[in-house]
Amino acid sequence: MKRWLPLVFFFVLVGFFTKGLFLNPREVPSPFIGKAAPTFSLPVVGDAQSAFSPADMKDQVWMLNVWAPWCATCLVEHKLLMALAESRTAPPIVGLNWKDKNREAEQLLLRTGNPYVAVPDDLSGRVGLDWGVTGTPETYVIDRAGIVRLKHVGPIDMEVWQNKFVPKLKELGA
Amino acid sequence: MTCRLIQHGLLTVFLASCVAALASEPGAATPTTSTTAPPTAQPLFANVAIEARLTHLSRELRCVVCQNEALSESPAELAGAMRQEIRDLMKAGKTDPEVLNFLTSRYGDFVLFRPPFKPVTYLLWVGPFVFLGFGVLVWFMALRARRTFKGAPVNSAQLAAAARLLEEKP
Repeated sequence: MKRWLPLVFFFVLVGFFTKGLFLNPREVPSPFIGKAAPTFSLPVVGDAQSAFSPADMKDQVWMLNVWAPWCATCLVEHKLLMALAESRTAPPIVGLNWKDKNREAEQLLLRTGNPYVAVPDDLSGRVGLDWGVTGTPETYVIDRAGIVRLKHVGPIDMEVWQNKFVPKLKELGA
Repeated sequence: MTCRLIQHGLLTVFLASCVAALASEPGAATPTTSTTAPPTAQPLFANVAIEARLTHLSRELRCVVCQNEALSESPAELAGAMRQEIRDLMKAGKTDPEVLNFLTSRYGDFVLFRPPFKPVTYLLWVGPFVFLGFGVLVWFMALRARRTFKGAPVNSAQLAAAARLLEEKP
């Protein structure tokens, strides 16, 4: 038994490393899960007179999708968001337009379709910073009480949607 | 010996050329006496104290985009924005712990290169010492086993065989 101990130890280590290989280093736990969503008030793309604030979404489950016109991955994700919005299988999606320095969001949405109920314009990236955004795309799910319930880093594809979002949304009763 | 001589010679030539290059640089030979700095040499930062604090603090922080880089040296755009944010907070009179608190409340403990000592990180901090203790224990046990080793039991037949071997002429 004693002579097998190093081998057992070795395989335990291999087990840890193998698990580590399949972890996504981008998947950083958000400190906001279970906490109130940070508030903000930003002008809306296409209508600079009106402003959007998370308080506008009170009493409903909603999603905040952080995107940008310069972000190629967001364009891929955009197709799925469109499908979700058209089939009404998703709660209302708010699209935070992050650091759109070239002011392309409005044109892009006119061209490719707009899956969002509102597109707050975070030109400076200040609001993104408050939400702990590390890059686009990122998506948050906020419940009726204004608590952040889910954060997904990277594009949503069908698999992510089915395995990560749908169960959580069902749990929240959306 | 010749090798060394050549080395010295090369070094001298190199140094001499450096000096020559320096001397030929415009303005370098004649130190400026005016008190107003030329536009190209203005201090990069308005507040030296804040910049020193920022540099010190951002070495301890992780850039959330290029995750193995410190915030102080990351060229990522987001890192620049975060440094500016820290700068603004410091200008607003926030202390270093307050700034760290601001960042960890948004990005989590992940931004700290030195994770805090709390239940989820107990193993991380204490683990190495546990392993060290385990190693020392094994070492002591091995030493004691060696000290108390009495030798394997030998029977008379084996002793006779050994004696025969010793008597044999090579």
